[in-house]
Amino acid sequence: MHKLFIRSFVSSLVFLFTLTVAAVAKDVKAAFVYIGPTGDHGWTYQHDVGRKAVEAAGFKTTYVEGVPESADAERVLRQLANSGHDVIFTTSFGYMNPTNKVAKEFPNVKFEHATGYKREHPNVATYAARFYEGRAILGTIAGSMTKSNVIGYVASFPIPEVIRGINSFTLAAQKVNPNIKTKIVWAFTWYDPGKEAEAAKALIDQGADIIAQHTDSTAIVQIAEKAGVYAFGQASDMDKFAPKAVLTSVENNWGPYYVERVKAVANGTWNQKDTWHGIGDGMVVISDLDSAIPSDVRSKVKKLQADLASGKVHAFTGPIYDQKGNLMVAEGKTADDGMLAGMMTYVKGVEGDIPK
Amino acid sequence: MIKIVKRDEPSRAIFFLTPVLAIFLTLVAGGLIFYILGFKPFEALKFFFIVPIADKYGFSELLLKATPLCLIAIGLSFCFKSNNWNIGAEGQLTFGAIVSGGVALLFYEQEGFYILPIVILAGAIGGMLYASIPAILKTYFNTNEILVSLMLVYVSKLILDYLVVGPWSNPEGFNFPETRQFSDSARLPLLFEGLRIHAGIFLALAAVVISWFIFYKTYLGFQMKVSGFSLKTAKYAGYKGKKMIILVFLISGACAGLAGVGEITGPIGQLHREVSPDYGFTAIIVAFLGRLHPVGIIFASLVVAITYLGAETAQIFMQIPKYTGQVFQGMILFFLLASDYLLFFKFKFIGSKK
Repeated sequence: MHKLFIRSFVSSLVFLFTLTVAAVAKDVKAAFVYIGPTGDHGWTYQHDVGRKAVEAAGFKTTYVEGVPESADAERVLRQLANSGHDVIFTTSFGYMNPTNKVAKEFPNVKFEHATGYKREHPNVATYAARFYEGRAILGTIAGSMTKSNVIGYVASFPIPEVIRGINSFTLAAQKVNPNIKTKIVWAFTWYDPGKEAEAAKALIDQGADIIAQHTDSTAIVQIAEKAGVYAFGQASDMDKFAPKAVLTSVENNWGPYYVERVKAVANGTWNQKDTWHGIGDGMVVISDLDSAIPSDVRSKVKKLQADLASGKVHAFTGPIYDQKGNLMVAEGKTADDGMLAGMMTYVKGVEGDIPK
Repeated sequence: MIKIVKRDEPSRAIFFLTPVLAIFLTLVAGGLIFYILGFKPFEALKFFFIVPIADKYGFSELLLKATPLCLIAIGLSFCFKSNNWNIGAEGQLTFGAIVSGGVALLFYEQEGFYILPIVILAGAIGGMLYASIPAILKTYFNTNEILVSLMLVYVSKLILDYLVVGPWSNPEGFNFPETRQFSDSARLPLLFEGLRIHAGIFLALAAVVISWFIFYKTYLGFQMKVSGFSLKTAKYAGYKGKKMIILVFLISGACAGLAGVGEITGPIGQLHREVSPDYGFTAIIVAFLGRLHPVGIIFASLVVAITYLGAETAQIFMQIPKYTGQVFQGMILFFLLASDYLLFFKFKFIGSKK
């Protein structure tokens, strides 16, 4: 009896202690800076889903939406750093220089910059997702399901991230259907429903019966729905905006990373690093496949998904040729991250030139 | 009973009082909106209008934000006073930024006292060149300057896009749409250590003084005023209308161009796709809120600048959507235009007759 009492007393003490430690640790506050509105159902929306995951893990969060990449970004960052936030996620490329500048002034605040490459101070980390893995899945579906063998692709800006996506998509499509052509329209925007819709219409007029996109609005899938062609959702599951047209979507799943990093700040284990996660780490997620996708394609997709996740298959496996027929990646080799990070040439099968 | 009567002539006192009334009504309506959204109205207004400028840093940010607004609005007041509807200050700002940014890039990694004046001058010239397009089309081809200047905004943004994506993009920058950082000699000097407020504010203040002098002490100012009241009278008086139109557009373009220089050689330090969060459009509100008067414009630019800062603070501390800042800007303009009714009409109280 006596022993039992002591034991329970000790265990409750331990319990109380862990509770206080947890409470102290969870006192970490995270801030998120968004380029667009949280209701864009694309890029910013998904970051906000990630933020909510951080909240659900028991941390306090703050966000500021619609922060332009102009001189204003720096002020918002400084204000967040000044008002008791321990880690600040800056979720657009254009925040790169302001992030590094403000990080210098606040060495005790951690900064996490999405899609950038500058880590000028020890308290700046960068992160991005291997979306090209998701695009390989889309390419497989598109190559299997196109009837016109013309696939449309609405692109945003001619930067390696976007070129890589186009190439990964095209390579995967060619693997299942060597005759396909990928037609690109550059919208020169990340989010502009009007421009994106125009681009999609132009591609459909040119005979594309499947439209992929590297812009963020739901305009393209809605145009595809009206025109009776297929499309893929971007960033979030866009199925509800065009239930017939959307075959699947590549979802940006930031939640696990955000929770991990905020926890690391709380535990004092946060370190500077560059993270580039794909399907395997769950940062890139493929939405439910539409019932229009036949079962043989489904099984191909499931297999590729598993192989990309395990690393058995790399989306850029040789032989890969550029548009002129020059060898880019030799047979049996895969493209390394350096090549992927600077990729500025189309592979064979993509039509047109990269705007210069 | 109250009767609405037309005034014999617009009231001078009301002319300067309506902006104050408009701001007051905006605060009331804003508080009401906060209340409907479920926030405490007074606390929200405090975070919107007081907290952001409560310390030295906040106040310096207010001045930083107001500088381009004031500069552009002063330029626009030249156009608006003389019945020229230049809606394209945003384009003139962008083109000024492009030209001065291009010059700054030419001097990449060079140092020298002469670089900054050339960069500034280039921005003013860029803005003037761009403003001369609607001016010349208006004077010689009778086109509508509202449409031309507005459309040219989008053209200028596309030119900027093209340059920062393509030929001017940073060769070490993985093709991301931005140029190299300008060298220190091409940057406007900071006024205080640790604050972002820069020498561009002197350009704005100089514009205020010069515009006041021109408006109220020169023949040109008088001509502008007459043309503003009645183009026919101006013609009858024998004013050279075309010359004046081109001149006011050039002044306006120069001011917008300088605002662009201030942004890229001040806080930003490079060219990228978003050099201005639509200052050129917001400055139209500033110009009218300031009643096209130089001193009025100073106050108006501060009031509008704080709606930007306040929106950020209110979101950080109270989770109020940041876009309410734009709602406030819209409301200010709306209430100003609405209360202009009082300029021409007055309420007359008539004792009830039995």
